[in-house]
Amino acid sequence: MFRQGDSRIEAKRKNTINPKRKQFANAQYQQQEYPFRLSIYQLPPTADITLEQFEQWAIDRLRILAELEACSFRRRTGPETSDHMEPLLKKYLPLNANPASGVVEDFLKAERQKDHYSHWILRLAFSKTPELRERFARVEKRLFELRFQKSYEEEKQAFVSSLDFDWETVSVEERAEFAEQLAAVVPRRSDLEDGFWFKVDWERVPELVQERKVFLRRGKAYVPAREQISMVVAEFTTRLEKALEQTARALPRMDEDDRLMPILDHISKSFAMPDAALADAETAVPGAPITHSTIDTLARQHFPMCMKHLHNTLRKDSHLKYSGRLQYTLFLKGIGLSLEECLVFWRQSFKNKTDDQFNKEYSYNVKHSYGEVGGDANRRGKGYSPYSCQKILTDAPPGPGQAHGCPYKHFAPDSLSSLLQANGVDDVTVLKGVREDVVQKRYHIACNRVFEWSHQAQLKKVKNDGSWTGTDLEVIVHPNTYFKRSYLLKNSVKDADDSDNMET
Amino acid sequence: MPHSTMMDEDQTMSNPLPSSPPFASSIAQQAPDTFDSSPRNEGNGNEQVELEKLFDDNNLASEDEFSYPTSSAITKEISNLTIPSSSPLPLPAYPAQIESGSRFSDPDIMLAFYRRLFPFRILYQWLNHGYKPSADMANRELALTLQGDVYLRYQSYAAPDLLRKDILRQNPARFEIGPVYNTNPRDRKSLHKTSSFKPVAKELCFDIDLTDYDDIRTCCKGASICLKCWQFATMAVKVVDACLREDFGFEHIMWVYSGRRGVHGWVCDKRAREMNDEKRRAIAGYLGVVLGSADKKINIRRPLHPHLQRSLKILAPYFQKDILRDQDPWQTTDQTDRLLKLLPDQALSQALKKKWDSAPGRSSTSKWKDIDSVASSGVSANLDEKALLAAKQDVLLQYTYPRLDIEVSKKLNHLLKSPFVVHPGTGRICVPIPISTRKDGKQDWSALDDFNPLTVPTVIEILNEIDAWDSRELANQAQVMDEQDSSQNAVHDSNGQRQDKVPDFAKTALKPFVEYFKSFVADLIKAESRSLKRDRDEDGNGEAEMRPESMDF
Repeated sequence: MFRQGDSRIEAKRKNTINPKRKQFANAQYQQQEYPFRLSIYQLPPTADITLEQFEQWAIDRLRILAELEACSFRRRTGPETSDHMEPLLKKYLPLNANPASGVVEDFLKAERQKDHYSHWILRLAFSKTPELRERFARVEKRLFELRFQKSYEEEKQAFVSSLDFDWETVSVEERAEFAEQLAAVVPRRSDLEDGFWFKVDWERVPELVQERKVFLRRGKAYVPAREQISMVVAEFTTRLEKALEQTARALPRMDEDDRLMPILDHISKSFAMPDAALADAETAVPGAPITHSTIDTLARQHFPMCMKHLHNTLRKDSHLKYSGRLQYTLFLKGIGLSLEECLVFWRQSFKNKTDDQFNKEYSYNVKHSYGEVGGDANRRGKGYSPYSCQKILTDAPPGPGQAHGCPYKHFAPDSLSSLLQANGVDDVTVLKGVREDVVQKRYHIACNRVFEWSHQAQLKKVKNDGSWTGTDLEVIVHPNTYFKRSYLLKNSVKDADDSDNMET
Repeated sequence: MPHSTMMDEDQTMSNPLPSSPPFASSIAQQAPDTFDSSPRNEGNGNEQVELEKLFDDNNLASEDEFSYPTSSAITKEISNLTIPSSSPLPLPAYPAQIESGSRFSDPDIMLAFYRRLFPFRILYQWLNHGYKPSADMANRELALTLQGDVYLRYQSYAAPDLLRKDILRQNPARFEIGPVYNTNPRDRKSLHKTSSFKPVAKELCFDIDLTDYDDIRTCCKGASICLKCWQFATMAVKVVDACLREDFGFEHIMWVYSGRRGVHGWVCDKRAREMNDEKRRAIAGYLGVVLGSADKKINIRRPLHPHLQRSLKILAPYFQKDILRDQDPWQTTDQTDRLLKLLPDQALSQALKKKWDSAPGRSSTSKWKDIDSVASSGVSANLDEKALLAAKQDVLLQYTYPRLDIEVSKKLNHLLKSPFVVHPGTGRICVPIPISTRKDGKQDWSALDDFNPLTVPTVIEILNEIDAWDSRELANQAQVMDEQDSSQNAVHDSNGQRQDKVPDFAKTALKPFVEYFKSFVADLIKAESRSLKRDRDEDGNGEAEMRPESMDF
C-alpha cells in the first residue's frame, strides 16, 4: 500500500541521500585523454571494452608484474631488472613517450588505455585479501618506479606538475640564498646546477629526512630533483594502498558475477604463483614438428633433466604415477603437443593397459589437463599451466615409485650424478659444480649449469654473432623455457650451418 | 643511593649551605618531626574533608587564576599541623647531603607536595591543549608509580579536578605521561578488538642522559653529575633545540630537568604530536649520528649536512672550554691513543705520540693545538689536509654531539616522566628550564647557561619555604594587627584574606619555573586555537562558535 524506501525517491536525488552511493554521483563517463605517458591511476576507466580485451590486458599486465616480482626474488639490481624488463614491457605493455611534436597519436592513446585499464582490472582482482593488496601495491610501485626512471627529464617534470601534488618549486632566488646548504646536501656539483629543487612539508619525505638527504628549513624539505622519484613513488603507493582498500570494500557489492568474476578469480589465483603466468604461447615453438612420434628424439636432445627422467621412467615402466603424468602432460602441452597427439602419445606409452583401461582411467586426466573436460566450462580456461621450476620444487616430493619433481632437489647426490652421466653429462667439472650447487640448494643454478655445458658450442656462437642477448640468456626457471631455448639454439645454429639431419 | 660525593661536594660549594652546623646534624630528626608527627596524622580525617571543600572552592572560583590553595585557606590547615605557625625558629634550609632516597617519596611529603604545590591545572591544560576539557586529555594515558613500586598504567582523566583528586588519592611517588589514544585508555578492554586500541598522538620527546657520556666524561660516572658534565646536557639541548626550530619549524619546545642527571625535551606543536612512528624515526635518524665508543671512528658523509655544520658551530666553543679545558679528556696514554687512532695519517699520529710521551701532563688544549702545529711542520709527506680537517671535526662531534636515548623519540607510545614530579632518588622537582624566546625570535639561552641542576629545589626545601613564608607573613600581620589593636580573629577577616592570596608555589623557589610553565602553556594554547580557527575557516564554517576560553580560564 504505502511503498517505502528508495523506489520513491527519484534516481537523481538518491546520490545525495545515500552517502555510500556518493562515489558514483558524478562518474566521469568520458573517454580519457591520456596526455602523459605515466599515470597514477586516479580515475577509473569508464569506456567500454570487450571481455576478451578485459582478460587479455589483465593477463599481459600480470605477466609483467610477475616478471618484476621474480626479478626482485632473484635479487637483481636496478639496472639489471630494467634491462631484463625492457623487451618484455615492449612486448606486453608498451608505453611510449609523447613525440617531440607533443601530439598524442592514437596508437599512444591505445597503449595508455591498455595500461590504464589493465591496472584497474588487476586492482579488482587483487584487492580481496590484505596479502594480495600488499603484494600488488609493491609490484605496481616497482613498475611505476621503473617507468619513471626511464622517462625523460622534461616528461617527468610535466607529469609531476600535472599531478597537483602541493609541491613548490624552489625559486632561483631562494636557491641562491641557500646555495651553500643545498650544495651540502647533494654530493655532486652537477645535481645542484641543473635539475629542479622541490619544497615540500618534510613529513612527505621521511626517509630522505632520516638519511639527511635533504635540506630542511622551518619544516620544509628541499628535495633535489634526483630524489624526486622517492616522493612521487611514495605518493603513488599511499594513494594506491588507500584505493585498494576502498576497492576491497566495494567488491562485495559489485553487481556482477558471471562475466568478470570468473576472470578476476582466475587472474588472482595465477598471481599466487608468480611464474605460472607463463602461457603456452610463451613456450611453444611455432612451426616445430612436435608429434607423438618425435617426443623420443626431443626428449633426448632438449628436455631438462626432470622431464628426461619422467620420459625415461615412462619408457622403462610403460607407466607413470598420477603426479608424474600431470607434470609431464602439462610440460608436453607447453611445448606445443596437441591434445590429440598427446592422447596418442600416452596410449602408446601405456603399453600394458588395454584401450578400455586407458580410456577409463587415464584419458580423462589428459583431457582435463588440456582444459577439455571437467569443472565449470567458464572457469577452466585452457586447463592448467605447465609447472614452473618453483612449483615443481615446492610441491610434494616424489615418493616411492614416483618420478615427478626435480632431480636436482629430490635425488641423492650420488644418484643425481649417475642420472646425469647416464644422460651424457660426463664432464667432471660440471658434475662437481652441480654437486656444490645442490648442496647449497641452488637447484636451478645446477640445472642451468648442465644446460650451458650441453649447449656450450651453440651458446658461444649466438653470443658471438650477437643474435642472442640479455633476456634470451637469462637464468632458466621453467622447464618449458629450457626446452624452447635448447630447441631454438640447435635450430638457429643448424640454419646457419645449413647442414642438419634433425627431426624432419 | 647512587649519589656520589662529587655531586654533594659541588653542591655544598655552590650553595651557601647549611646555615649552621647544629642544624645539619639535627635534620635527620627534624624532617620526620616536621611532617610525620602524630597530631597531624590524627587530623587526617579532618583534613580530608577540608581538602574536598577547598578543592571545590577552587573549581568554582573563577576569579582565581589557578587552583592553588591559597595561604588564607592553608593557614587554617597549618594551625592544625604540628609546626606551630608562629614558630619563632627560622626553618632550616635543607642541605644537599640527604642520604636516604626513600625519604623523598615519603607519602606524607608527597601528599603535601601534591596538595599545595603541584600545578595540576596547568599540567592539565598543557596536555589538553586548551582550557576546555577535550579528548586530548580524556584519552591520554598517565601511568602512576605508586608507593611501593606498583605501576599503574592506562589512567586517564577527563577534567583537571579529577586528575588532582585521583593523584591526591593515589599519592604516587611519580607519574609518567603517555600518548593520546583513539579511545579512553580505561575502556581499552571493552573494545571489540584489542588491536583497535591505538595511540594517535603524543608530544615528540627527547631524553638526554649523562650516563651515555660516560666514556668521555672524566669528572663523574653513572648517576652522579656535577656542573662540569652538566655542560654536555647544555650543549645537547642547544643543538637539538636549534635543529627542531630551524629545520623542522617546531616552536613549542620545553626542556625539563629530569631530576637527577638528564634532560627531557617535549616538543608540543600539533604537527609534532600527530607524527606517526615513521616520522618520529625520521627525526631521530636525522638527529642521530652514530657515535660509537670513543675509539670507534664515526663516519659522516661529506660535505657536512647543514644541520651538522650548524651543530659544529654551536659546539665549537664548548669543545674548547668545557671539553678541552674542563674535561681534559686526553690525560693518559690510553686516552691519547684513542685520539690518535681517529687521525687519518700514520706519520702524524706517530710524531704526536712521541711528542706527548716526552711531555706528560701536557693539557688537552695544547694537545689539540699540537695536531695542527705538528701537521704543518711537514712531518708527513703526503698529508691529506681535507681528511685531517674532517677527522678533527669528527673528534669534535664525538666529544660534544648530543647522545640521545633515541628509543624515547622513536615511539609514539613511549612514556616519559611528567614535569614537576619529584625525582624519587634526589627529591628534586623536575622543573622546566625557563628558556624564553626573545623578541627577535631567537632563544634566550641565559636560563639554560645558568641552570644548575644541583641547586634545583627539592621537595622538602620548598615545603619548608612555604612554612617560612607563611610564618613571616603571620608575624607581619600580627604586628600590623597589634598596632591596630585588633583582636586575634581579625587575622582572617576579608582584608587579611585579600592580602594573603598568594599561591603556594609563589612562596617558594618553584615560582619562576611554574610561571614559565604557565606562559609556555598559554603560548601553546594560543597557537592551538589559532590553528583550530584556521581549520574551521578552511572548512567554511568559520564563525560557527566562539570558544569561551577566557571565561574558562
